[in-house]
Amino acid sequence: MNWKRAFIAVLIGAPLIALFAYGFSRDPAAIPSPLPGHDAPAFALTVFAPGEPPLMRPAGDTIRLADLAGKVSVVNFWASWCGPCRAEHAALSETARHYAGRPAQFIGVLYNDRPAPATRWIAEMGGQSYPAVTDNESRTAIDYGVYGVPETFIVDATGRIAYKHVGPISAEVLRQWIDSLLPKAAAGDTTPRALLR
Amino acid sequence: MKLATLATVAVVTAALRVASPAHAQGVEARSRPGTAAAPSDSALEARTTAVAATLRCPVCQGESIQDSPSELAKQMRAVVRDRLRSGETPDQVKAYFVSRYGEWILLEPTMTGLNILLYVLPVVLVIGGLALVAFLVRRWTASNSTPV
Amino acid sequence: MIGFLAHNALLVSVAVVALGVVITPVAIRTGRREWLQLTYGAVYTNFLLVSIATMSMVVALVTHDFSVSYVAAVGSRSTPLLFTVISLWGALEGSILFWAWVLALYATAVVWFHHKRPGNLVPYAAMTLLAVAAFFAILLVGPADPFLPMSPVPADGPGPNTLLQNHILMAVHPPLLYLGYVGMSVPFAFAMGAIFSNEATSNDWSVLSRRWMLASWGFLSAAIIAGMWWSYEVLGWGGYWAWDPVENASFLPWLTATAYLHSVMVQERRNMLRLWTLNLCVATFVLTILGTFLTRSGILSSVHAFTTGAIGYYFLGFIAVVLLTTLVLVAGNSERIHTKGKLGGAASRETVFLLNNLFLTAVMLTVLVGTLYPLVAEAVRGVKVSVGEPFFNRMAVPAMVALIFLMGVGPALPWGSTTWADARKRLYPPLISALILGSVAVIAGARGIYSILAFAFVGYAAMGNLREYWIGMRARHRAHGEGWATALVRLVKGNRRRYGGYLAHIGALFVALGITASSTFRTEREATLLPGETLTVAGHTVRLKNVWGREEPQRSVIGTTLDVLGKNNAVIGTIEPRMNYYHVSDQPVPTPDVRSSVRGDLYVNLMAFETSGANATVKVIVEPLVPWIWLGGLIIVIGAVIGLFQGQGRLSSVSANAASEEPSAGGTGP
Repeated sequence: MNWKRAFIAVLIGAPLIALFAYGFSRDPAAIPSPLPGHDAPAFALTVFAPGEPPLMRPAGDTIRLADLAGKVSVVNFWASWCGPCRAEHAALSETARHYAGRPAQFIGVLYNDRPAPATRWIAEMGGQSYPAVTDNESRTAIDYGVYGVPETFIVDATGRIAYKHVGPISAEVLRQWIDSLLPKAAAGDTTPRALLR
Repeated sequence: MKLATLATVAVVTAALRVASPAHAQGVEARSRPGTAAAPSDSALEARTTAVAATLRCPVCQGESIQDSPSELAKQMRAVVRDRLRSGETPDQVKAYFVSRYGEWILLEPTMTGLNILLYVLPVVLVIGGLALVAFLVRRWTASNSTPV
Repeated sequence: MIGFLAHNALLVSVAVVALGVVITPVAIRTGRREWLQLTYGAVYTNFLLVSIATMSMVVALVTHDFSVSYVAAVGSRSTPLLFTVISLWGALEGSILFWAWVLALYATAVVWFHHKRPGNLVPYAAMTLLAVAAFFAILLVGPADPFLPMSPVPADGPGPNTLLQNHILMAVHPPLLYLGYVGMSVPFAFAMGAIFSNEATSNDWSVLSRRWMLASWGFLSAAIIAGMWWSYEVLGWGGYWAWDPVENASFLPWLTATAYLHSVMVQERRNMLRLWTLNLCVATFVLTILGTFLTRSGILSSVHAFTTGAIGYYFLGFIAVVLLTTLVLVAGNSERIHTKGKLGGAASRETVFLLNNLFLTAVMLTVLVGTLYPLVAEAVRGVKVSVGEPFFNRMAVPAMVALIFLMGVGPALPWGSTTWADARKRLYPPLISALILGSVAVIAGARGIYSILAFAFVGYAAMGNLREYWIGMRARHRAHGEGWATALVRLVKGNRRRYGGYLAHIGALFVALGITASSTFRTEREATLLPGETLTVAGHTVRLKNVWGREEPQRSVIGTTLDVLGKNNAVIGTIEPRMNYYHVSDQPVPTPDVRSSVRGDLYVNLMAFETSGANATVKVIVEPLVPWIWLGGLIIVIGAVIGLFQGQGRLSSVSANAASEEPSAGGTGP
């Protein structure tokens, strides 16, 4: 029994096991986005669901990224056929209302769906406080590297993407991010620096 | 049951199912017609196919957007086609998708950095292996002073 | 009740296999060889217990006993009976149970056939198989327990994954895969048994293993082809292989097993390459465990991946133990196992086998590294990368094309050695086929260098192998005056390993031809049609007739009927692609329809439709020569079966069994 050779063989094989062990520490399906930290891609999308005052925009209006300059924006991609989107709907709608009057804007971008079922869905969910827009041929979704719904982007006042959230987003996460990005005077409560990723 | 009723029921009830993953990836089939038949410019089509075959479909398992029947793949192909038509090179189109989805969107890793190892290894294996076999055959026949 | 019975049977089996593993070295070391009956008894008892558990599961599934957790997860009253039965292997826990059963079956067969052999090889081999069985038994009473009691008992279940209900091949592919995969534990067990029993310096272990490896290889080949066929018919993109991690995982052990089947012949004839052959045998088993680890651990996302949980960690532990133990044992004993090499000459079949092993190993390592690289890149660079079809086509296919060529060279060259002049004489004749097929391909429009070479080499190797049959038949005809049919039968009977092998080559060439033709010459078009409108692709025309719907117990089906038009617009057939809307799923399963002929397939997929039925969008793909792939798979299996029916190799074995086998024909071994 040549223990020297055995030892060398183990040295060669051990890294493989280490690699597999590492494999457990991350999610194979999660795709990190290269967008956070970069300028948000421009868009010009048409409103089909106006939302409710005071955040309302009339149907047929065009919302452009440029219109949102100076405000913190929450861009949420969703669809009426998407189950998890139901889970986050209340959080988004209420949080949007919470920040009304402050420089924050919420937009819902419809992904691979049609206005008619989407409008029905909104009605079913008890209404939505902010406007929803259509995205023709998913051009904007592709521009944002969307690979499923729901996905939420939080854009700061200078037009940079601060954060991308995959899956249903909670009110807490929304508030933490928006509070950290609003101008300090308007934010009200102090938010620890640690929240800024 | 009349087709229209059955079809509507099937599609609508399917659409209302709650998806189990936390991140729904999309309905594979649409209940409205897809895009029309072969476009007139077959050279552009060939270039689109070539680029699309190198881009990964984000909502499928390892398929390219050329092969995938999903809606997103079709829309991404349209983006590829438009960009090629407007004069971008294939590399520029790929760079655009990488800037949005990350390196992961390319089905074949770029030959940079650590990835070079991935490409060099198979070549080294074959060439080195051929050299090894030649060496071994020579050594194993060297002791043949008399024909077997 | 039935769950309780089965679960306890499995609990007892853990104790039984543990006993068998422990008692074997004790019996041998203390000289109490009668205790080895306990080892063999453990094997038989394990088979009995696992069979009870498996049969219980089948009964529970068929009777819709939702008090059993696995049935509650995959059963449904509206699923047709066949798919209910095969949901045994459709989800994680059931597949582990099925694996355990196949393993128990193989272990029983090994003991049954070989227990009379004197020496310690067989007992240690049985111990190895019991040790592997122990792992699966622990899983089955632990994290993968399919018999957990449900409370309250649900009234109905969701049924198996909808993708798995869509095609009959789901009844065929997994059992074949398991018979292949699990079967590769047997040669491994013999190899380990040889090391433990200090018999690794002889060739007995590989002589005993050969037919087990050949049988497993045959099953695995069939399983891979069946899996390709299933993907092709179900997934709708007209392809049959996506280099998905789990597909690769089934391909890797096939490559090393193929290399083994060739190098073992060199080992038998020239008593060399023993360490290398042992390594191939062990690598094949380790790769099967790697494959099952990748499928079940969840570290790579794949279309095949089962849902995961704590079980991944168990598999990590198992593969760590397997890998490190085998590395230590093989490396530690390598000096003793190694034999000096000696060849008669360079122009010999042995040299070709060395080259064959080289290319097979190169492909295996390339595919392995490519499959694992995303993990490496993430660990080292922190970036997610994809390694998909373009990479494997670029880096693995060239070596595979070289292998096609070698399939024609090996059979032509003799064992031992020959002069270069003689070698040339043997190797030249098939060149004419290479030229013909290559030219036909170029004329038909092939432009890629590897594509053209693949066609040419298929021609070369096909003629090379057929020529070997012809030469043999002609020799018999001249020498004994036999008729051609008799000559063929007697020729094959006289050396089943050789001619079975040549037939397997021919099957592989069918597969290679089908793959090359359908990759090179595939055409597709997508169009939205109104009823009565036609679409023509590469000379095939279809005309939309109507869009229809129907209800089935577990799904709603929306389909289209298209007429296939021949000359003068006569209807020569119909084709009906469908969309299956399963009641439990939010994703419809597009189900293409395929019309096959010798020349190729007309493949139509339903992409979209108007709910009123006014129009339908279909994708029509013309895939030349695809049926040759499935036919080739069948021919490979027939070749393997023929090769199985031949006794021990040239080296005699200590085994009492060997004396009863028919000796291989004279000096004209395989």
